[in-house]
This record gives sequence, C-alpha cells and structure tokens, in this order.
Amino acid sequence: MTLEPQQLLTMYRQMATIRAFDQRAVEEFHAGNIPGVVHAYIGQEAVAVGVCTALRRDDKIVSTHRGHGHTIAKGADLSLMMAELFGRSNGYCHGKGGSMHIADFRVGMLGANGIVGAGMPIATGAALAARLAKSDGVAVAFFGDGASNEGAFHGSLNLASIWKLPAIFVCENNQWAVSVPASYALSVPEVSARAAAYNMPGVTVDGIDVLAVYEAAVQAVRRARAGEGPTLLECMTHRWRIHSEQRGNPTDPRPRDAVEAAQQHDPITVFGTRLQEQGVATAAALAQIDREVREAIEAAVAFAKASPVPKPEDALLDVFAP
Amino acid sequence: MRELTYTEALLEAFREEMRRDPTVFHLCGGLGPLASLIPEFGEERVRVCPISEEAYVGASIGAAGSGFRPIVSPGMMTFAFTAMDQIVNQMAKIHYMFGGQAPFPIVFRASTGGGRSAAAQHSQSPHPMFMNLAGLKIVMPTTPYDAKGLMKSAIRDNNPVVFFEDQILAAQGVKSPVPEEDYTIPIGVAEVKRQGRDVTVIAIAKMVPEALAAAAELASEGIAVEVVDPRTLVPMDKGTLRTSVQKTGRVVIVDEACMTCSAAAEIAALLSEDAATFRALKAPPKRVCAPDVPIPYSPIMERFCLPDKTRIVAGIREVLG
Repeated sequence: MTLEPQQLLTMYRQMATIRAFDQRAVEEFHAGNIPGVVHAYIGQEAVAVGVCTALRRDDKIVSTHRGHGHTIAKGADLSLMMAELFGRSNGYCHGKGGSMHIADFRVGMLGANGIVGAGMPIATGAALAARLAKSDGVAVAFFGDGASNEGAFHGSLNLASIWKLPAIFVCENNQWAVSVPASYALSVPEVSARAAAYNMPGVTVDGIDVLAVYEAAVQAVRRARAGEGPTLLECMTHRWRIHSEQRGNPTDPRPRDAVEAAQQHDPITVFGTRLQEQGVATAAALAQIDREVREAIEAAVAFAKASPVPKPEDALLDVFAP
Repeated sequence: MRELTYTEALLEAFREEMRRDPTVFHLCGGLGPLASLIPEFGEERVRVCPISEEAYVGASIGAAGSGFRPIVSPGMMTFAFTAMDQIVNQMAKIHYMFGGQAPFPIVFRASTGGGRSAAAQHSQSPHPMFMNLAGLKIVMPTTPYDAKGLMKSAIRDNNPVVFFEDQILAAQGVKSPVPEEDYTIPIGVAEVKRQGRDVTVIAIAKMVPEALAAAAELASEGIAVEVVDPRTLVPMDKGTLRTSVQKTGRVVIVDEACMTCSAAAEIAALLSEDAATFRALKAPPKRVCAPDVPIPYSPIMERFCLPDKTRIVAGIREVLG
C-alpha cells in the first residue's frame, strides 16, 4: 500500500513525538516528578508507528509495560498520558494506573500491562469480539522477545489459530528480557519461527525501518480482515535505555558497546534521511516538525504539572463499575 | 411449583439471558451440560476452548472490554489456577487500574469443594483467596432457586463476578422449587433460610443443607437454630448477618475452607468489630471449618476434615454453653 507524503510526514511526527515524550518522561522521572517506574520506548518507535499506521481507529491494541509508544501511535492524548505519569486526577486513569497501565478505550487502546505476556490473551479476546460482532476489526498484541517464552504466548497463538481470529501478534524483539539476552533464552534464533507450531505466517522484519514494519503489518491486517487468521510479526529492534528507569541510575547490565552500536541506527534519523532523499520533506521541514513536537510535549508536561492531585479517598472509587 | 436441579436452574438462567442479550456468550473448557444450549444458540456463542485456561480466561477479559458479556467456565477451579495471572492481575484490577474507563462484565464459573475423594488438588475451597483480591464480586449459591436468580444477576452485572458452584450441590441432582416466572436475586443479599431465636448458624454453599439438618435435629430438643446463607461473599451482606446475631446472641460460622483466613474468619470479624453485635454476643463466635491441611484422599480422613452436621451440632452446643 503506497503512502501519501502527508501520511509519511504524520508517521515521522508520531515517531518524533514518542521519542520526545519518553525523553521528557525520563527527565521528569529523574527530577522526582514521576513516581513509580518508567519503561522508555526510545529506540523502538518504528514498531509502534509502523504497525498502528496500518490500523483503523476502531481496531484494538493491547500493550506492554513499555507502552507509551503504542499508546501515542494509536492516537491517545499526550496531556492525559503525561498527567497519568504524574499521578494526577485528570490523567487517563485518574492516577490509578501510571506509566504501566495507560488505556484509552475511545481510540481502541485496551491497556498497557505490567505482567509480561499477559496482554496477549486479552488481545485474543478483543479479536474474538470483532469476530462475534461480525465486524472486520482486528486486534494487535504487542509483546517482547521475553514474553514469547510465557505460556500466555503459546496459548494465545494456538487459540487465535484454531479459531482463525483477526489477531496480529507483534513481537518487538529488542533482544533483551530485562538482563537476559534472547540469544540465551530462546530455543529458536527468531521468535517468528514459533509461528510454524501454530500454523500461521511468521515474519521477521527490520524494526528500525518504519516502512518495512508498515508493509508487513499491512499484510497481516489484510489477512486478518479477510478472515484468514492471525499472523506473528517479529520486529527486530533495540532498546536504548535500561529496562526501566530507576532512582540512582544503576548501570545497564547489557554490554555497553552493543547498546552504543544499536544507537548508531536511529529509526527516526533513518526515516528522516529517506524522506529527504525521496523529496518528501526538506531538512528544514523535518526540523520544523521536531520543534512542533517539542512544543506539544512541553504543553503536555505543563498540563500535567498544573493538574490537580487526587483526593486520598479517591482511592476508594472505581473498584466496581455501576 | 415445578422443581429443577442446580444444573438445570443454571441452564435456564443461561438460556433466558442469552435470548435477552445477544452479547452474552460462553467460553468453556468442556461442554458438559452446556451442550444443550448449542441447538438454539450455535457453536459461536457456546464456544469450546482448548485446555489453555490462561488464554481463554484472558480472552474473556478482552471480549468483555470490547462490548461482550462472556461467561467463562473452566470447570474445576483447581484447573483454572493456571489462569491465576489473568484472574488476579487482570480481571480483578483492570477496571480500577484504568480509572474506570470501561466495564468488564464477565461471569467466571468454577466448581469448588470437597467430599468426593478427589484428593488435595481437586477438593479445595479457595473462595477466601478470591475475597482478598479486591475487584471481584463473589457469589456462592446453595439452592437451585438461588443459583438461577444469582446467575441472571451475575450476567447482567457490569463487573467480573466469580460464581462458585459447589461440585456436590451441582452433581447431586436433587430437585427443588424454581418458579417459571422471570426473577433475579440481587448480588450482595443474604437470606435467612430458617428462623430461630437461640443461635445463628451462618453457613456457606453445601454447608447450608448440613446446617439445616443440624437445626432440624436440635429442634427436637427445643433449641431454635436460625440458619443464614450469605449467598454472596463479596459484597457481604453485613446487615442481615449482624441483625440475626443481635437477635440470637450466639453464632456458629460454617465454611468448608481451611480455617485460617477463611470466609468464616472474615464473617467473625465483621460481627465482632460491630459494637452493637459485639454487645449482643452471649458467647464467643465459633468457626466450624476444615483444619489447615490439604484435603486428603481416603474417605475416612476426608470426612474427618470437612465440616458436617455432626460438627455443626457440636459447635452449636459449645456456644450454647
């Protein structure tokens, strides 16, 4: 599917937005303004944007502990996200979820999840709902290489396969499950090889290349909408930051040269260069987008900082739905 | 009035609610009696699952978050412990954690309880664990009438409702009256199953018939036992329980779970921390529960562990002094 220049620029803007959002989230975390934990998506932007560009607003996604990128790419509001990170009462979850649990059901974002692999059965259920509703909607489960060793991965792929559900399982293989390398923890060289066990296509693409991710996602979405069943799409990528930001900045357990080498292939720079080579945008036009993105993020931070803190007793609300 | 078994009453609740609301559907680990729903509702809405409890219990959550009302039936609760992440970390917390953005209407049915020589894994009464999770409503009915009325309410509820079906009550095939007219029983309302002035017995699930048998036996001695069935464990109908104990001044709480942190323990606390109830007590509250052991296989040892009419009678005599 050929993308119009405007769509390509929107993808660039989304990638830049995710990068700037998480850079600011990391800063605000270390400044002590964000409690809890922050798992930065920096370096993996091409995956969220490539996949979500292939989706409609009414399609569903389920995300992970590293969920800001998916949430932004699906169209969530930056200010409500940042306010949630700050634990404020007008954040997405009224301060009850934080960084790991942002959801926006209006845009089909059914929630980030703090348990590795746990979103996959939930996404499978969203795909089942699309089937039961006789719609052509699809559901995407984002997860990591580590989650592909969970029972939830195997159970979900099997269920989606036998029922031919419109599900797309997107593995963001950043090659590290916290501090355990995929080269050690996986029984196969590529997670996509596991698709064979569940009788579905398994594809591995360069997750630095947003257009490669997009093209593969389009194929998977087309297949899902046509009732042909699920796809396992593996995107090879790199996490630039430590697994999660922590007070006192402990050392990343991964070899430093590998992390630095990965950072030489910045998905945003790669995409920006390509847009210039293809004459879609000038360097000045991209710089203008970068400025606008930074302003939008600053506005979100300002919104969060000006937002009210919850009343302590609000902790008692929303245990049950009316 | 016509009479139905526990299972027939539940099937009738399913049929009525599936006709009423096209978003109601089943995900089940095995069809069993649900097979009788297929001719009317089809295999799309009565969906047999592979033995992947984690996957299909999780799928019920995703479907509920997408506008459906799944009824998920893994069979024995003990098998569904493999889905505990989805129940504990997801189902119980997802509504709250996302700030109440979306309802998650799910009925999670599972059988519990001992008494069939099924040994430690398949004779458990884990309802107290679930009471401690915050975010799940928990229903544990005793009679076919209550089972049907509470199941209809559970299906219409906008929250995850854990519906525990005692495996003996469900399997024994005893019939009792269930009216033909449409009715529901609200979640969170206990019922006084037998009136009495001398002592209150609060009993859960299949301990209710045992308590009623104990009450009948003691009636011949002139002891009037009041039997109260909470029917719902979360939210607990504190008012009805306290009112009964304030009337009788004595209470025996019967729960098949192991005693430590049992539902009986919670009920004892709800009664004794209430000033009016505490002042009305003429004797300390008495719990009749299983001892803190895994339930054994051999019938003679299993009978020793599980509460029954004899132990309830002994408990009543103890609080009567």
